[in-house]
Amino acid sequence: METGFLPFLLISLAKVIVVVVIMLMSVAYTVLLERKLVGRIQNRWGPSRVGPFGLLQPLVDGAKLFLKEDLMPEAVYRPLYILAPMIALSCALMSIAVVPFGADVRWHGVDLFQVTDLNIGLLIVLGITSVGVYGIALSGWSSNNKYSLLGSLRASAQVISYELALGLSLVGVVLRTGSLSLRDIVNVQATHGMISWNFFGGFQFVAFFIYLMAAYAETNRSPFDLPEAESELTAGYHTEYSSMKFAMFFMAEYANMITVGCVATLLFFGGPTSPFGPHILSGSGPVSTALLSVFWFVAKVFGFLFLYVWVRGTLPRFRYDQLMSFGWKFLMPLAIANIVVTSLWMGLTMPMH
Amino acid sequence: MHLALFLFFGAMCVAGALNLLLQRHPINSALSLIVVMSSLAVLYLLLGAEFLAAAQVIVYSGAIMVLFTFVIMLLNAGREVRTHGSKLAYAAGFPGAAILLGLLAFIFLSHRGEFAQAKLGEYLVTTGDLSQVLFTKLLLPFEVTSVLILIAILGAVALARKEH
Repeated sequence: METGFLPFLLISLAKVIVVVVIMLMSVAYTVLLERKLVGRIQNRWGPSRVGPFGLLQPLVDGAKLFLKEDLMPEAVYRPLYILAPMIALSCALMSIAVVPFGADVRWHGVDLFQVTDLNIGLLIVLGITSVGVYGIALSGWSSNNKYSLLGSLRASAQVISYELALGLSLVGVVLRTGSLSLRDIVNVQATHGMISWNFFGGFQFVAFFIYLMAAYAETNRSPFDLPEAESELTAGYHTEYSSMKFAMFFMAEYANMITVGCVATLLFFGGPTSPFGPHILSGSGPVSTALLSVFWFVAKVFGFLFLYVWVRGTLPRFRYDQLMSFGWKFLMPLAIANIVVTSLWMGLTMPMH
Repeated sequence: MHLALFLFFGAMCVAGALNLLLQRHPINSALSLIVVMSSLAVLYLLLGAEFLAAAQVIVYSGAIMVLFTFVIMLLNAGREVRTHGSKLAYAAGFPGAAILLGLLAFIFLSHRGEFAQAKLGEYLVTTGDLSQVLFTKLLLPFEVTSVLILIAILGAVALARKEH
């Protein structure tokens, strides 16, 4: 439907505000989830004092970070020192714009659960992730601190290396769909519930595991959290940051985790579709369809966040040379093999047009 | 709207390129180059080449420029020392650049009819269309380019390998 420019602008603005607020809230509660879960893994309670079950802890943390003194060391390179956390956070929040959170429910022609559906949605996510490295790289360099510099060098090397495996692992899914639009990728998997998901029916589980490992490295999470290995580098690239600037890096990390979870859900686990097929538990009217699709999406993304924390609580950190050889010598050849096998399979089973 | 975006990002592109030359610190120059690359991506997008725009951001802004900044950070290059340059560069460079610009402008303007016309924000090349052309009509140049890149990679590996 062709709408005028002003309504389009206003609707988009409203959607962006809603999505960013929800995103920041989920970032806050992902932090709480992590603290709680890691606490239980280590046989302690985690935050439990503020509010029932410690549920208000994120608010208190936010207030604390706002009120802290914002220190700026003398020797930093000021413009980039200030710019770096902004780049990190804005890149982390931007890529969520192409993610469809729910079924294609339209109200007066407005897509309710997606900010915008682009033909190149997947490439947008990849592109923004690859630009996000600058936040980390520049923060370490401009801090004028050797620990920060080492941390950011590690991070950028790691992210560049794993970006290849990450991008290649998604090619299999794109081949199966024939489109880079995230909505199309979801629709292909919506026909028979769980069986038609790319993970099961699409035989893309190898790609999924490559994606998962590369994504852990890409978001600098354990077991690939060498950029902030506290025993070697104090705190890595954000050693010199305090108050809200530190909080921006922190939020960027968790926002990236959520984005990665969303992309994994969309690409391999059917996104907002029901796992039991289009007739069971996926709603009949528009309202129930909307609610159930959002429920399934959130449940799947929550599963990924849970897995993230679980892995962090379980696995030890990699050594740097192991990290590099794992990425280049194992994940990347495997991803290429996956592409070759997928395209052979598709060439043999599908008729040529 | 498209015209406003075009003018804005075109200006960003030129400003970034000028800043790249004028900055004294290598990292600032590298960052200006990133601005140029990203503005170019927006210009591609305005001309309807969406895949090209995404590839520009992923490959140039995301990968190549990260390597640039990485190397600058690793070498910890300081402020560069300004020399006044050779006389020859001033004597031949500016007229040469002006002649080249004039020649290109002349050719583009005089042979306007022979180039395909593209309007801002109208002609959309989808990824499917692009790959259709790339793997049928332009298959040979495409494969030759990939072999060329492969040779370059092998050359880099051969150069970087330690002597035993």
